[in-house]
Order: sequence, then structure tokens, then C-alpha cells
Amino acid sequence: MAVGIILGFLLQNKVKIIKFVDPSINVAIYALLFLLGVSVGINETVINNLATLGVQALLLTFGGVMGSVVFAYFVHKIFFKTNE
Amino acid sequence: MKNSLIIVGFFVLGILIGLYNLLPKIFIETDFSVYALYILMFLVGVGIGSDKKAWEVLKNAKLKIILVPLTVIIGTFFGVTIMSLFVDIGLRESLAIGAGFGYYSLSSIFITKISGEALGVVALISNISREISTLLLTPLLLRYFGKLAPIASGGATSMDTTLPIITKFAGKEYAIISVFSGIVLTILVPFLVIFILKF
Repeated sequence: MAVGIILGFLLQNKVKIIKFVDPSINVAIYALLFLLGVSVGINETVINNLATLGVQALLLTFGGVMGSVVFAYFVHKIFFKTNE
Repeated sequence: MKNSLIIVGFFVLGILIGLYNLLPKIFIETDFSVYALYILMFLVGVGIGSDKKAWEVLKNAKLKIILVPLTVIIGTFFGVTIMSLFVDIGLRESLAIGAGFGYYSLSSIFITKISGEALGVVALISNISREISTLLLTPLLLRYFGKLAPIASGGATSMDTTLPIITKFAGKEYAIISVFSGIVLTILVPFLVIFILKF
């Protein structure tokens, strides 16, 4: 990834090459999530526990979202509101 | 949103094919996903490096804008730490899942590689629902938690998928902050996830 960042930085003006990057990232992500899906599909433990895993995922999301918005509330109040 | 649907579609298709054993054995025995992951990492790197607008935003940002992604990181970890008491997942893994900040594709791929499919699925669902809840709850979050709240909730997605809704409700002057926070978090996701799981 570091190599990629440096290369990307050097290639900033080579628009033709850069144009290939975004669609290629999409293809790579599609491929990987497809493969992740396959490995989930053949994994019986995961399939049998999909509902439990989903509930846990939502609990973690709830924690992450609430935690960050509460902190954002105070940071906004203390550092940002005065400028409005 | 269209992109998210395509991604979920590929994931579900993969599950079905795996479930019904439709794939030739060689596919399962050879781990193609490692190579795909290397290519993806390289491409993400090129994408970040070549994004002129992103570098521009980073360069011109006022110092206190750094507080925003920092707040998201600390707040997310704080909330996830509390929730990890209520789930069947260890603190380290919970933090790694939280460190996806809504960047579900990349984070779930890494977590699958390092910690296995079960946690990868949790990461995928958890981070997709972070994006979806930001899309749905922005007006509500704004009213109760101020104008930075939807940016915080959006995490890494506040630079693209959730940016329109954030700008619409928080106002144009928050667009730069939103993009900045999203870019910083997006860049940090792979590093944080790996760091948390490996150290």
C-alpha cells in the first residue's frame, strides 16, 4: 500500500493511468467480497450462527456510532460552535 | 448506494455458491483472495496517492479540523469497548471491527484474513450498518448531537457515500470537514485494523 501511495503521488499527472485505478479497485473489492462470501458459504459454523453474528455486529455498530456522536457533541460545543 | 448494493450482491452470491458447493475444488484449495488482496492494497495506495483533491484538502485544512477524525476514533473505540462487554467477541476483535469506521469492504477483508470468517462477517455487517444508520439517522443525530455528529457517525464514509446527506443537513460549510475526516479515516482503516489485531 505504501508503494502504491508513492507511485500514485508520482503519477498524479498521468490522467490516463489514474483513470484505471478506481474501476480496478472496484473489481478487486467485488472479487474479494465474492470470495469472502464463498468462504462463509462453505463454513457451516458461520452459516448456522449468522443471526447471532448479525446481532453482535449491530451492537458494536451501536456502540461505535453512539460513542463517536457523543464525543462529537462535546468537541463541536467546545471547539467549533464559537465560530458560527 | 448502488455500489453498496453491488458489493452486498457479490457477497451474497459468494455465500450461495459456497453453500451449494458450486465452485470447483481448486478454487477453495488455492487461496486466490490473498493475491486479490495484495492487488487491492496496491490499487488503494495508488488511488490515495494520486487523489489531487484529497491532498489539497489535507494541505489547506485548519489545524483544529484534525480534532474531528480524532474524535471519531476515540469516540468509536470508547463506545465499542463498552459494547464489547455485551457481545461474545473479545475487546481486541471488537476494536478492530470498530476501526473499520464504515469502510466495510476493506476492513472485513482484512479481519477475515487475520481472524477468520466469523469475525469477517461481523465486521461486514457492522460496518455496512454504520453507513446505513448514518444515511437514515443524520437529521436525528444532528438535532441531538450537533453538526459534527453525522460526520462522526459516518466515519470513513463521510468523504463519499454519506457526504451528500451530511452536506444537505449540516450545511455546505461542513462539507470540507466531512471530506477531510473521511479521507483521514479511510487512510487509517487498514493500518489501524492490522495494528489492533497483530499487536
